[in-house]
Amino acid sequence: MTAATGTPIATTVRAPSRRRHGDTVFHGIVVVAAGFVLVLIAAIAVFLIAQAVPAIDKVGWRFFTEETWFPDAEPARFGIAALAFGTVLSSALALAMAVPVALGCALFLTELAPRRLGRYVGYLLDLLAAVPSVVYGLWGVFVLVPALVPVQRGIDGAVGGVVPVFDSRNGVYGRSIFAASVVLAIMVLPIVAALAREVFRQVPRAHREAAFALGATRWEVIKLAVLPYGRSGIVGAIMLGFGRALGETIAVALVLAASFSIDIHIFEPGGNTIAANIATKFGEAGQTGRNALIASGLVLFAITLLVNVIARGIVYRSAVAAEGKP
Amino acid sequence: MSKRIETKGLRAFFGSFLAVDGIDLTIEPKQVTALIGPSGCGKSTFIRSLNRMHEVVPGARVEGTVLLDGDDIYDPGVDITELRRTVGMVFQRPNPFPTMSIRDNVAAGLRLNGVRRKSELDDAVERSLRMAGLWGEVSNRLDRPGASLSGGQQQRLCIARAIAVAPEVLLMDEPCSALDPVSTLTIEDLIVDLKDEYTIVVVTHNMQQAARVSDVTAFFTIEAAGEPGRLIEVGETSKIFTKPDDARTEAYITGRFG
Repeated sequence: MTAATGTPIATTVRAPSRRRHGDTVFHGIVVVAAGFVLVLIAAIAVFLIAQAVPAIDKVGWRFFTEETWFPDAEPARFGIAALAFGTVLSSALALAMAVPVALGCALFLTELAPRRLGRYVGYLLDLLAAVPSVVYGLWGVFVLVPALVPVQRGIDGAVGGVVPVFDSRNGVYGRSIFAASVVLAIMVLPIVAALAREVFRQVPRAHREAAFALGATRWEVIKLAVLPYGRSGIVGAIMLGFGRALGETIAVALVLAASFSIDIHIFEPGGNTIAANIATKFGEAGQTGRNALIASGLVLFAITLLVNVIARGIVYRSAVAAEGKP
Repeated sequence: MSKRIETKGLRAFFGSFLAVDGIDLTIEPKQVTALIGPSGCGKSTFIRSLNRMHEVVPGARVEGTVLLDGDDIYDPGVDITELRRTVGMVFQRPNPFPTMSIRDNVAAGLRLNGVRRKSELDDAVERSLRMAGLWGEVSNRLDRPGASLSGGQQQRLCIARAIAVAPEVLLMDEPCSALDPVSTLTIEDLIVDLKDEYTIVVVTHNMQQAARVSDVTAFFTIEAAGEPGRLIEVGETSKIFTKPDDARTEAYITGRFG
């Protein structure tokens, strides 16, 4: 008899209970997915640290100040200083060159280009941003780097005597940090431009019209309404470009005449980056050599993390300013 | 400081679509002229053609004549930015610049006109905010972001921003449709105050609002979807709302359609 009285009750609760079952499954799937990502990152971090520690142990704090890279020598002498310097310098130079062009391109497509042209070139840009950057890198290495030699010589001749950065003391130019930076700039240009275009497209029409209605010219509309609204998005786009430049391996390895010294003469051959060094040294590395390379990877990980934290800080501060929280 | 607007045979297009057809309307200075009519009747398009904002939309264009105290604003020699400074506009949704302070929002138009002196800017900011009835509420927090204000305050900030550059005409495109009733009343009082100084044109969906604030009312409608909007009747607001000449106007104001 209990079954008989139980049946109608079961029928009434059945529909919600099935929905709850679906919720449970969905909940489970997304929690597992999120947890998996965290576990993966933790596993990578643990691996990097565990493998790096034996190498860093051998040289101690000198790991951070030493410029040379002889991990398999006895006694081992190697450090991250020159590599980290080259990595940050080449990426920063690349961004300094790529960002103005990328923003200009994005502004042209969203603000100035005729609608149809803007749309088609926009599709093209999205497409170009999806092409692996090493493809552009190859073009940069084989076409651009040789073409840059006279440019560097010309700049050196004009201002090199006064500005040491542009001076090449041995009169050789090709495989320099500057050349690597230009190649990196070409590589990050499409992604930054495509992201910035997306950011500018999100600017509400109301803000543009507010500026137009005050009698603003196109440039003033951009200055008043488009750039301020897009600020955090632009920072995000730049940081993604920076991340790409920091981690770029093959193209940089092809360009740079690897040397291990901190040198501000960006036109002279030499310089190296963490990623390029890992690629070129991995094959010949012994046990300590591998551990040392992994330690350098850990530093790259840390630099990327730091850059992201700074970017988030900038975005957060501009968001706070916009919303008016204290 | 207020000018007469006269349109003759005004036609406004979006691409090949004719949105407004053959509008002949004279808008007198120091009066509030309300534009009423059902959705899609072209009243917003019409008002946006009075300061050449219509053409900001890609593919949009205008034919016919719009005279501002006798000068054709569509003459090729007209400086559009100067025109838009002379004919200010307030939009449907409050749109203060989100990253700017209250002060900078009001000063934005003046800065575009090359005003740099701080004392001059400060004076204009205070005067405009006072006229917009917002000074008392924000005078102690001019450096806070414009976006920190309530919706009604933001709309008054936008009015202050528009009048800061001392325009001759103030166009208001449904200025209260995104606001609560109390804020709406505040803005309506403000509109009545401002007509001492400016030629005011208000587009509104709210017939009570047109009756409350305007001296002259113009009724627009469309015959059917896809047809252009046309001006049906214009006259003293009291007449339009009591004994309109056209049957369509009467049907609309008595709530039989629209």
